[in-house]
Parts: sequence; C-alpha cells; structure tokens
Amino acid sequence: MALTIASREVDGVTVLDLSGRITLGEGSVQLRDAIRELIGKGQKNILLNLGDVNYIDSSGLGELVSAFTTAKNQAAEVKLLNLTKKVHDLLQLTKLYTVFDIKDDEASAIASFK
Amino acid sequence: MESVSEVEAAADKLAGEAGLDEDARFHVAMAVREAAVNAVLHGNEYDPTKQMTATFENTGASLVFTISDQGKGLDPATLPDPLAPENLMRGTGRGIFLIRSFMDEVHFRQLHPGTELTLVKHLAPAAEKA
Repeated sequence: MALTIASREVDGVTVLDLSGRITLGEGSVQLRDAIRELIGKGQKNILLNLGDVNYIDSSGLGELVSAFTTAKNQAAEVKLLNLTKKVHDLLQLTKLYTVFDIKDDEASAIASFK
Repeated sequence: MESVSEVEAAADKLAGEAGLDEDARFHVAMAVREAAVNAVLHGNEYDPTKQMTATFENTGASLVFTISDQGKGLDPATLPDPLAPENLMRGTGRGIFLIRSFMDEVHFRQLHPGTELTLVKHLAPAAEKA
C-alpha cells in the first residue's frame, strides 16, 4: 500500500497523519516533499503520526532522518507519534530511537512543542 | 521498482509457506527487499540494460535467497557502520546493516561484473516448531 498523507493543524502544530509504507518508490519522496513544503511555508512544529505506518525500509528511515535534520537546520522541529511495534523495533535496532523525540500520546506531543 | 516489490512478495510467500512466524517472515521479506533495492539502485544504478536476478530456495533446513546485479561491484569491508555516532544522522547506508541483522548468514560474492548476495535464514527443526 502506498503512503497517504493527511495534514491537520492542532494548536500551532501541523500533524501529518501517515498511512501505508514509507519505502523507496512508495512514499519516501512524498514524505520528503510534504516536510519541505511545510518548512518552506515557515511551519516550525511538525508532528508525524506514524500510527498507520507498519512498514519503513532503509530508505524510509533515511527520509525520517533527513526530515529531522532539514527541520533542525531551519529552526523547526519534527517529532514522531504513535509508532507501531515494527517501526519502533526498527528505530531501536538502528539506534535512531535515541535521535528522535518520540511520543505515544497526541495531546502531550502537541503540548511538548510549546 | 516493480521488480523489487515482486521479489519482496515472493520472499514473503516463501517465508510464510516455510512456517516462519510473523516477525521472522517480516524480517526475511524486508532483508530480501533491501538486497533487491541495493541491486537495482546501487548495483545497476537504474540502468535498464542491466539485470537483477533473484533465486529462492527452501532446502528444508534453510531459506536461501540469492540476489545479483550487473553493477560495478561492492566491497562490504568498505561500508561504514551506520550505528557509529558520526554516521547516525546519514540519510543512507542502513540497507546492508538491516540485511545482516535479519538474516542468519549473509555472503557476498564478486561477479564480473556485479555482486551476488546470498541471504540465509535457518529454519527451526519440526520438533522445535511444535
């Protein structure tokens, strides 16, 4: 299943609800474009809801890292919400769990940007 | 990338038929997908005149996947460690690491031209599966 991205605003935070796979050719470019567009518009607070993402490959992991660094370079922040077990395990295996700010509750995630 | 998805789906099917549990099946399919992506992207560099070849076998004791490309060749010794602090924030370089993490054996063989990767997942004896 390809990646679908729905965007919504909550208290100054743009929440991207992602659903599907983030892999080479199936979502990594969509994610990159969505992040760049938001940062280009000056959005500083971005929360990626990965609750419906059950597959990320090495390219997708790279895209998450790129999103994080692109945001940081523009004084913006990207945080992750609602990791599935598979994605959680992948981030632990690759030590990226220590890099990202990861939340499991949307309300506290939104509050953490303030 | 259609060929990559086909290879992934075939690996997933073989792993399922071999009785691997959901996690192991996921890992096998992902490792094979990563190997196929490497072959098409880094090996053949999307050159449509070059072929990626994949063969799968259930030996009874193991699942054996062989994926080869016709690229410039890959020396695994030169691959940076993606877990090293200086590499952690790189956008690439995790594919082979994931393959090694998910499979029981990974072998590289240089072709002329290209690289052949053999990925092996050992199957538990029937008595252990029960």
